[in-house]
Amino acid sequence: MKFTKMTALAVTTALVAPAVSAQEMTIVSWGGAYSKSQKNAYHDPYSDKTGVTIINDDSSAEAVAKLRAMNEAGNITWDVVDVVAADAIRLCDEGLAMEIDPDTMLAPAPDGTSAADDFGDLLVSECFIPQIVYSTTFGYRTDMVGDTAPTSVCAVFDTEAYPGKRSLEKRPINNMEWALLCDGVAKDDVYDVLATEEGQNQALAKLDTIKDDVIWWSAGADTPQLLADGEVVMGSTYNGRLFSVIEEQNQPVAMLWDAQVFDLDGWIIPAGLSEERQKRALDYIFFATDTQRLADQAKWISYGPARASSAPLVGKHADLGIDMAPHMPTDPNNAQNTFLYNYEFWADYRDDIDAKFQAWLAK
Amino acid sequence: MAALTPISRKPLSLVLPTVAASGGLLGLFVGTANNSGLLGIVIGAALVAALAAFYIQVLKNEQLAKWISILGFLVLGFVFGGIPGAIIGALAGWFYHWFTYWLYEGRYRQRLLPYLTPGQVLWHYSFRVICGAIFVFLITPILVVMPLSFNSQDFFTFTPEMLRFEAEGYSLKHYRDFFTNNEWQRSFKNSLIIAPIATVISVSLGTLAAIGLSQSHVPGRRAIMAIMISPMIVPLIISATGMFFFYSDIGNWLEGTLGLPKTFVGYVKVILAHAVLGIPFVIITVTATLVGFDRSLTRAAANMGADPVTTFFRVQMPLILPGVISGGLFAFITSFDEVVVVLFVGSASQKTLPWQMFTGLREQISPTILAVATILVVISIALLTTVELLRRRSERLRGMSPG
Repeated sequence: MKFTKMTALAVTTALVAPAVSAQEMTIVSWGGAYSKSQKNAYHDPYSDKTGVTIINDDSSAEAVAKLRAMNEAGNITWDVVDVVAADAIRLCDEGLAMEIDPDTMLAPAPDGTSAADDFGDLLVSECFIPQIVYSTTFGYRTDMVGDTAPTSVCAVFDTEAYPGKRSLEKRPINNMEWALLCDGVAKDDVYDVLATEEGQNQALAKLDTIKDDVIWWSAGADTPQLLADGEVVMGSTYNGRLFSVIEEQNQPVAMLWDAQVFDLDGWIIPAGLSEERQKRALDYIFFATDTQRLADQAKWISYGPARASSAPLVGKHADLGIDMAPHMPTDPNNAQNTFLYNYEFWADYRDDIDAKFQAWLAK
Repeated sequence: MAALTPISRKPLSLVLPTVAASGGLLGLFVGTANNSGLLGIVIGAALVAALAAFYIQVLKNEQLAKWISILGFLVLGFVFGGIPGAIIGALAGWFYHWFTYWLYEGRYRQRLLPYLTPGQVLWHYSFRVICGAIFVFLITPILVVMPLSFNSQDFFTFTPEMLRFEAEGYSLKHYRDFFTNNEWQRSFKNSLIIAPIATVISVSLGTLAAIGLSQSHVPGRRAIMAIMISPMIVPLIISATGMFFFYSDIGNWLEGTLGLPKTFVGYVKVILAHAVLGIPFVIITVTATLVGFDRSLTRAAANMGADPVTTFFRVQMPLILPGVISGGLFAFITSFDEVVVVLFVGSASQKTLPWQMFTGLREQISPTILAVATILVVISIALLTTVELLRRRSERLRGMSPG
């Protein structure tokens, strides 16, 4: 009896003691190599500078649902949250994220350009502080495509020239655009066509031609695993994942940059934090989104920094020592044919097309 | 089962089709791996049947037949699948030789009672094959994980190097990652804090509840019992959602009114939630052992002047201890394995091992998860073995027979 009491006491003190002294903040992100790059570029330098302990929570995938629940329960445990731009727009509309004034809350560029100009068009929402530009694009097995490597995204729909399974994300976004593009629709007309009933059916009909050859993925790690296994000949995923497969894991895989879709990822600060926590979160954001820090992140992962002033500072990979600039989705060689994720279109049509897509999947 | 049954040679009409069928089964696997299952079945069946006929009709020398089988299949396996293929081939060769003679010489009847009908003999062996198949079915997923955790690549893949048993295909880097990576270490530590405390709470409360509910004079026992074990029956996601809101309020009160630190409150919430999930298991196992408990012992103890607390610890507790311990094990495993409730109730500072494994699987399929799984399997086997050994020892000391 005595023993259990002593243990209980010891455990209690052990739990309470560190929490009292240290300042802590919880930062939510995507996990994996991406969180690691943030830890190296932002968290560790910030902890060294201020003494704040940063705890990483890999829950960005369900950030919107969890923030809603936290808000309802009046118990917000997150300080800074990394989300894609579309989620940031939703959170901002629902009042779950606080508004940011780029000119007073974010660092100006080293040459004095204001943050608002430095980020430019990428400030897609009042609550959103952009961090990286990433792209969703295709990778293919170099040893499974025969003598002619694919150069166009339409290779995905060409099961005769490139037999084998392909992996696509289990959602209409991007897949519908690629389907229309390869069904002869001009790039500028894609969204006009997709806004019509016939256009949506046309895209699904095109996807129908490869439906039996598709493995649908939902987590970013799926396609790299499938490619490494040789289970698919090509598959879509985030370009940073493919970089890791090709350069860090040395798998026989190559990038197909054609018709890559740009998207943004960045920070939001949840609304309703206590004054002290909000101040700390803003201090962190000011530090982590300055020009040098954004360029530093590219040392660990091949995503393009969101500030124009960071691009020239992108250097070499921290471990491999290779130049990172040619691996950026924004590099001119890679960005010859690109889409920019159309936030407005998908905000308007997402529910409708989602329902159709799911019904088509289940057929 | 005495080995007195006389055995006799069986006709080829029984031996050949049976052996051919088993050969076809292996042929199916090899054939499927080489893109033609049907061809595999035909070739496998024909090959094995021809070999059997050759041994029985022409060779008539069992030792020689054995070595021909083993070497022949070894070479064949090597052609199809390199060194691992050769090993499997040698095993298959030994098996087919043994199987042929086992059937032909009628050895399968040797250990059985002489009066069994052919149908009963068939069922005797089918039953064992079915049991073995179920065993393989249960254990294979766990076994597959273990070699993969030594993969030198960052994928869940048997690489060609691994299949050729080359040293560079294997590495301990995922184990190194587990022991050096902060995230894994923190979640491991959290699991080791949360699970034992939750177990202690659920064992104490669950045992008390079981003893109380086993008294015949308690009104509405069945209804109370049903409510107490409901966390086990209600879908976990429902309990988790409810717990999230319930414990948020408690947490806000603890933090706001009592001024306790956030991290500590987080642990309290998760531990309480896990204790709730563990209680039903303790109640059920302890209630089951209480059925065999003789009430007159407590009356005897009271008669001799022991107060209820002494009676409980000196008389009742030692007798129901096996139930308490197994309930405690279940409660521990429930908390140690639990991912849904902790995802809702906990915050990142309370991240447990299953949570870390879950996000690890979602965001990056890293074999570190497999390394952790292997370590956990080894630990669980060690734990269960220790418990079993201790139990036998105490039974021996008390003069009871093991078992």
